[in-house]
Amino acid sequence: MLFELREVGLDRGGKAVLDGVTASIPAGATAIVGPSGAGKSTLLRLLNRLADPDRGTIAYRDRSLDSYEPLALRREVSLVPQLPALLPGTVASNLAYAAGLAGAPPEPERTLTLAGLDPSFAERDVTKLSVGEQQRAMLGRALAQRPRVLLLDEPTSALDTAARDAIEATLARLRRELDISLVLVSHDPEQARRLAEWVVRLEAGRVADSGPLAEVLA
Amino acid sequence: MSAPLAAATSIHLEVWQVAASLTLVVLAAAISFWRGADLERDIGVATVRSFIQLTLVGYAIKIIFETDTIWLVLGLLAVMVVFGAITARQRATKVPSSFVPLLVALALAAATTLGLVVALGIFDPTPRYLVPVGGMVIGNAMTASAVALNRLGDEMHDARPRIEATLALGATAREAANPTVRRALRSGMITLVDSTKTTGLIFFPGTMVGMLLAGASPTDAVRLQLILLYTLLGSVSISALVATTLAYRHFFTPAAQLRELEEPA
Repeated sequence: MLFELREVGLDRGGKAVLDGVTASIPAGATAIVGPSGAGKSTLLRLLNRLADPDRGTIAYRDRSLDSYEPLALRREVSLVPQLPALLPGTVASNLAYAAGLAGAPPEPERTLTLAGLDPSFAERDVTKLSVGEQQRAMLGRALAQRPRVLLLDEPTSALDTAARDAIEATLARLRRELDISLVLVSHDPEQARRLAEWVVRLEAGRVADSGPLAEVLA
Repeated sequence: MSAPLAAATSIHLEVWQVAASLTLVVLAAAISFWRGADLERDIGVATVRSFIQLTLVGYAIKIIFETDTIWLVLGLLAVMVVFGAITARQRATKVPSSFVPLLVALALAAATTLGLVVALGIFDPTPRYLVPVGGMVIGNAMTASAVALNRLGDEMHDARPRIEATLALGATAREAANPTVRRALRSGMITLVDSTKTTGLIFFPGTMVGMLLAGASPTDAVRLQLILLYTLLGSVSISALVATTLAYRHFFTPAAQLRELEEPA
């Protein structure tokens, strides 16, 4: 299994955001689905230690997540947040920054192509990009680190239908072309059907169901 | 450096002259009342407090000058540093546990700048120089570090998404907070830098005004004022740098996670 969660709980403001979450996430493409406020994004942030659970354990590739050095883990298990948050500068400078952190060679052309952006975007100022383009630049920035796992938090929630379809096509292509696993948070079960093979369904901070797509979202 | 300050003894003010200046306090309160600024009470408190505090400090300084021991000076400066840190903390409410960074910032700013001006032979290590210069150094360092941390608190809150997105790439807390810390440092320093640029054109600094009123020569007044301005530039830079460098860490856990995040659902 890629991730194994056992009785994971996390409180915020005296309230349990996650409670007794036990689930497996295999390599491949997994969707975490559920209504707004179910704890999906919180769960995603636990997977690369942007936060730690108050209770329970999480294992990544059969090793406790705690045993990984957090910064190295985040370069291997890369999270793309729901809303774009690029650093000031050009797309290329953002890609170079991310690649530099991972000790990877900066390959803006390859990375932008993978993220579904024309290489000419490299020298564009990030403030001049549409939200969809920024989201793709965020995806490219994560890919510049050559991660093994991509954590995607509602990657299309801020986009119109055309931009959403384009991002989804890009993600499907990434799965085909790279040896990379996806863990995708989505409030839309249809998106999970289009992109994932495995589903974890959360409700009010608890696992309502999890397993192969055909069983959970039949 | 004994000549310029010695000139300050040539002026003598009576209590009635201080009382007469209260006319302008009454004018300030009247303006506040007339235009509904609701500051009459604050003006009253400020007037009473300034009278009591400055009178007490005046007597304290008199005693310190008369006893002429360095230990009393250091004690007074230490008290100023502690009260400065307490006051600045009230301006930096969004920064968790800001007292220690502010205390260290003020203490280092005072020790470094005063140490340097004494070591360079600019001032003699006597109460007559160290007390007033120390007061100015600590006061300006307090303002600069309070402004810097106030800005740091706002920026760390507003820039959370970008900081966390940078952490998500495997950046260290320092790398992720760097642009924010830089802006906070700049805002702490910029006021004095700007006022130094315009000094003599738009305003006359207090020391120079005081010396001119006390009968010192303009040349001496200007020289002393320049020394103080340059000393204060050093002081605010050190205090803003140390305060922001120590305080930004309080927003992160040892595992480079942002603390007190409003968790997305």
